[in-house]
Amino acid sequence: MNESHNSDRKVSKEESWGYDRSTLDYIQRAAAHGLYEIRGLGAKRKVPHFDDLVFLGASMTRYPLEGYREKCATKTILGTRFASRPVELEIPITVAGMSFGALSANVKEALGRAATEVGTSTTTGDGGMTSEERDSSKVLVYQCLPSRYGFNPDDLRRADAIEVVIGQGAKPGGGGMLLGQKVNPRVAQMRTLPAGVDQRSASRHPDWTGPDDLAIKIHELREITDWEKPIYVKVGATRTFHDVKLAVHAGADVIVVDGMQGGTAATQTCFIEHVGIPTLAALRQAVDALEDMNMKGTVQLIISGGIRTGADVAKALAMGADAVSIGQGVLMALGCNSESWIGSGGQHISAAQDYLKIGTESGYCHHCHTGQCPVGITTQDEFLEQRLRPEIGAKRLTNYLKTVNMELTTIARACGKNNVHHLEREDLVALTIEAAAMANIPLAGTEWIPGNGMK
Amino acid sequence: MENIKFDLKATSVREINKFLHHEIADGTAPKITIENPDGAHNIAAGLNVNCEVEIRGHVGYYAAGMNQHASVLVNGNAGTGVAENMMSGRVHVRGSASNSAGASAHGGLLIIDGDAGLRCGISLKGGDIVVGGSVGSFSAFMAQAGRIVICGNAGAALGDSLYEAVVYVKGHIKSLGADARVEDMTVDDHQALESLLNQAGTSYSTHRPSDFKRIASARSLYHWNADANQEY
Ligand SMILES: Cc1cc2nc3c(=O)[nH]c(=O)nc-3n(C[C@H](O)[C@H](O)[C@H](O)COP(=O)(O)O)c2cc1C
Ligand code: SF4
Repeated sequence: MNESHNSDRKVSKEESWGYDRSTLDYIQRAAAHGLYEIRGLGAKRKVPHFDDLVFLGASMTRYPLEGYREKCATKTILGTRFASRPVELEIPITVAGMSFGALSANVKEALGRAATEVGTSTTTGDGGMTSEERDSSKVLVYQCLPSRYGFNPDDLRRADAIEVVIGQGAKPGGGGMLLGQKVNPRVAQMRTLPAGVDQRSASRHPDWTGPDDLAIKIHELREITDWEKPIYVKVGATRTFHDVKLAVHAGADVIVVDGMQGGTAATQTCFIEHVGIPTLAALRQAVDALEDMNMKGTVQLIISGGIRTGADVAKALAMGADAVSIGQGVLMALGCNSESWIGSGGQHISAAQDYLKIGTESGYCHHCHTGQCPVGITTQDEFLEQRLRPEIGAKRLTNYLKTVNMELTTIARACGKNNVHHLEREDLVALTIEAAAMANIPLAGTEWIPGNGMK
Repeated sequence: MENIKFDLKATSVREINKFLHHEIADGTAPKITIENPDGAHNIAAGLNVNCEVEIRGHVGYYAAGMNQHASVLVNGNAGTGVAENMMSGRVHVRGSASNSAGASAHGGLLIIDGDAGLRCGISLKGGDIVVGGSVGSFSAFMAQAGRIVICGNAGAALGDSLYEAVVYVKGHIKSLGADARVEDMTVDDHQALESLLNQAGTSYSTHRPSDFKRIASARSLYHWNADANQEY
């Protein structure tokens, strides 16, 4: 009697907003393990982004270009301020710095091949330069990071540009991290570390502390390379307006601003989701800073963090960037989060079991930190890394970069531009008040920019 | 080209470095003197050939930065980052050095007869450093490989987060950093120390290896805390 009475009662499932499923999971996991979550890729929450902007195509007041017949230039030159050999790219879409260690040597080679094919640059990462990437990349940017792993003057001289990394959008203020399972003998040797250690690298540079020091450091890099190579300074997006000004003062040729959506190979989740500002807001602040200093066009700006499509690139350029950099999108082009990997005969082989092994499924994976990438991208495992063959990876990435570039020129032509760098802020309107305020662009259908004139 | 003289009053750092990078033929091992450095930055940075450079006076930041093969003598004090990221060769500072001396050096030998400032040997990656005097706080921070010999005292947090580099200290240590510990000197340590003191020059022969302490990593930070795999 009592029992049936109970089972008749409706189960209450009133979910709490503050303590929803994922928060419950988070607290339970913390209680079980006593350690924060570390993961790869970028912020998963929704923030104001390029999707919140749209273009005003040409019509009566502007004249469009013919989609197929008329030329639309994409050539991009970076490092015109001080370097005697600026970097010349065919397209304004570059491959972001991702370390050998985070990525396999095969992947590094694939990135170089594809970038060379489409005429753009690749970038080393927190682990030094591999011969695979130097040999396969026509234009290679060499990072100078706080850790200085594998950093040496020979590689500096073989590089086409130098990027001083101050921070990353996924973790502004944080250092690198590479868990032991990825520190195989080659990675360990390149980084001068004992194999298998959980490597946590420094967040501050060892030999300079503030912007005045950075100016001398940049000067040193120029002296060592005889003033040939452009010097980029990369910052994670936080106080971007001031950071960009300081980087310009310090003598940068090119500034790379990486927004909070930017990917990483491994960082604490709390860092990825809660430190830094959206790419959209950072881009506008960076452009403001350059314009304020009358440096637009003299110092080039590369924006990254959540750039996925040609539309994203077009919007970034219209807002004032000279080029973009892509990390996560590049990995996805190679097969990150796809159901299968491609065998030597071209057949697709399911990776479902391997996703399960690391506790996830394709479409949800952010497990780069484990080193057990089911599709062979972010791994140093001899067996798994075979799953990404350089020629197939290169082909897929070439296709992706070409597609993005075609989308970019399609939009530029529609806006009446015969050069993608002629896209301008006036071509854009915002769909949300937040995006309008952050990007300093009017809300669609109005002339209203929330907070206009306020920085 | 046996003896070449430059005067920084008359020639710029750029011109001198350009000469040092491009005008020295392999095997000629010339001796180059630089007068009136007056604290200029980046003097003799990026050398990549066997030669002897003597700088007569005080130098600014990054003197002999990323040195390869060359032997550089600073007859004065050195600013921040002297011989930073040195790969090989020898850099000798007769006076004292400022912060981050020998930072991230992968090879070569840096000798500082006077004191060194903060973060001496930070991120060291295989180079050797001998300091005649004392070093400031945070020295050998995250040092990965190589050896640091300190004939005087060490400041706070010596060897914080050390990897495989080894530090030898003769004097007093204000405090050790996380994961650094004092270990017993072995026969190998005695030999290594003796050889480093020898290489540093005759004025270092008064130091006896047996008076030094060995500081190395306890390796407890090599992996996430031991409880990381707990499952409650
Ligand atoms: C797997 C991976 C490894 C990375 N490694 C580095 C690195 O070594 N150095 C660095 O400056 N940024 C690194 N980044 C960040 C990228 O350079 C870039 O800032 C970011 O990926 C751009 O954002 P996006 O991923 O949304 O395109 C890495 C990103 C990923 C996804
Ligand atoms: S599929 Fe590989 S590269 Fe993509 S998130 Fe998972 S582990 Fe990282």
